[in-house]
Amino acid sequence: MNKTINQKAWWLILPVLVLVAFNAFIPLMTVVNYSFQETFGNNQFFWEGTTWFEQVLNSDRFHAAFLRQMLFTAMIIVIEVPLGIAVALTMPKKGPWVSVCLVLMALPLLIPWNVVGAMWNIFALPDIGLLGYTLNSMGIDYNFTQQPVSAWITTVVMDVWHWTSLVVLLCYAGLSSIPDAYYQAASIDGASKWAVFRYIQLPKMNRVLTIAVLLRFMDSFMIYTEPFVLTGGGPGNTTTFLSIDLVKMALGQFDLGPAAAMSLIYFLVVLLICWTFYTIMTRDEVN
Amino acid sequence: MAKIEFKNIRHAYPAPPGQPTVYALEEINQIWEDGGAYALLGPSGCGKTTLLNIISGLLIPSEGSVYFDGKDMTSLPTTERHIAQVFQFPVVYDTMSVYDNLAFPLRNRNVPENKIKERVHAIAEMLELTDSLKNRASGLTADGKQKISLGRGLVREDVKVIMFDEPLTVIDPHLKWLLRSKLKELHQQLRVTMIYVTHDQTEALTFADQVVVMYEGKVVQVGTPVDLFMSPQHTFVGNFIGSPGMNVLPGEIKNGQVSYHSHVIELTQNYDKIPEGKTEIGVRPEFIRFDSSGFPVNLERVEDLGRYQIATVKHAEDMIKILVPEEQEIPSENPRIVFDPEKTHLYRNNWMVE
Repeated sequence: MNKTINQKAWWLILPVLVLVAFNAFIPLMTVVNYSFQETFGNNQFFWEGTTWFEQVLNSDRFHAAFLRQMLFTAMIIVIEVPLGIAVALTMPKKGPWVSVCLVLMALPLLIPWNVVGAMWNIFALPDIGLLGYTLNSMGIDYNFTQQPVSAWITTVVMDVWHWTSLVVLLCYAGLSSIPDAYYQAASIDGASKWAVFRYIQLPKMNRVLTIAVLLRFMDSFMIYTEPFVLTGGGPGNTTTFLSIDLVKMALGQFDLGPAAAMSLIYFLVVLLICWTFYTIMTRDEVN
Repeated sequence: MAKIEFKNIRHAYPAPPGQPTVYALEEINQIWEDGGAYALLGPSGCGKTTLLNIISGLLIPSEGSVYFDGKDMTSLPTTERHIAQVFQFPVVYDTMSVYDNLAFPLRNRNVPENKIKERVHAIAEMLELTDSLKNRASGLTADGKQKISLGRGLVREDVKVIMFDEPLTVIDPHLKWLLRSKLKELHQQLRVTMIYVTHDQTEALTFADQVVVMYEGKVVQVGTPVDLFMSPQHTFVGNFIGSPGMNVLPGEIKNGQVSYHSHVIELTQNYDKIPEGKTEIGVRPEFIRFDSSGFPVNLERVEDLGRYQIATVKHAEDMIKILVPEEQEIPSENPRIVFDPEKTHLYRNNWMVE
């Protein structure tokens, strides 16, 4: 096939290039700038080479935050994805309840993130919160402000509450795109409910699940607002995830060099994991 | 193998509140013979898919019953009916190989693995799928996928009826013909009752021994392709089958004569018993010829289709289509036409009168 080659079309993407330059590329370059230099203000910079990177990569503090982050992300994906699929499967396919369910599902997604944090903070307070008070009066020793385990459980449950809806909505979209003929053919073939799920619904949800896992990985790996409002990273450092640690380093201690180096490492890790995951998940389609 | 019987079947889908019930199917009484090849032919929305779903058990009719070999099947679930269905869009289980796809219905019925192997290989042989048994089903072309859908039906030995719901819609034109001959061949080989739903007359006429023409929820005629062509019972059949369709012209029966705009039309058919009054004259473009003994018309246009020509002529306000053999000259000066007396029919309220 002959394609018409017209290089003038490049001008059409100029506005977007300018926009991306100002909101992503230039700020990122500033961070790169900080990560290789030391500054004491007054716009004076001293070349440091890879010192900050070595420092961050060798610090126990970074390792600990990184592990906590990995654990948190793994936990919420393991919970939210199967739960999301299960909820999507039980949602009605047609009728007036569809819109009711969709609105209910969308509600948690519409709440500002700091409000989610604040809600759960008050909800879980052991002395006045509905959840905290109830648990304690049932004889369960629960105090997320003091016990690391309670703090972790609360953070994970909060994230599940906030974001499972996203997985549900994506899966529901995937399920509704399956033509009726598939279910009819399966019923003629005598397939059990499990076989229908395993051989029709799950394969047809493949794409949306890839997107769901990617989105949930990225968002949870960069989570900041909700745990910051809920636990502030505590008790101690037990819920200090990467982004909370980063903000502490950059704005709390004003260590701009190490913070910039950490930002870049953080960014590359997210990029690398997303790329690996996406490549594996879409490998079959290419073949 | 099964004989299928419909007794007083009617079906209405739930109407929106406050609106009258509309029947998608109206009063169907039919007996379809065991081992026959039937085609359900009709335009979109005529109720053919509804009727098919009633046979397959995906739908339970509002009224009436369905019998297979005299056994009431009306409310039996799909799995217990010994039927298979091929859908408009190919249904394959994407993650499975072609072999696993074909084996799927048997595995669900707990057939032993060695028996499955034997059946799958036999069916794959029949459908010319042996070479791709190990491939993933999702990589196949549309016609390959349709073969798998069909194979999943054939692989079960208990299947008595196979239904096809417009199975060639997504197939490339040059493969349609191949797949259709394959179906015909399989039908002769296996003698399973086959029901083929389509809105394409060529598909219906080439596939079926008996064509069931449906229109607005009713069966208007059941017959061989020749019956439908030579004596359409309803003007809809006349129009729908044949290309171009039958000419339907206003006529009148008076004093034992049929006339069209005061021109007497000679018919061999006996119409003494038909009450006098308005009637419709149905004549196919194939059975009209230019002849100086006929009535005058104005030649409007001629389309040359290669093997034959279609002349459109006008008389009064009526447009009449005439099929003319390629080598034959069309008179340009004062053309006159006559209808073939044997092959012209009379209709009243769209139904043929005899």
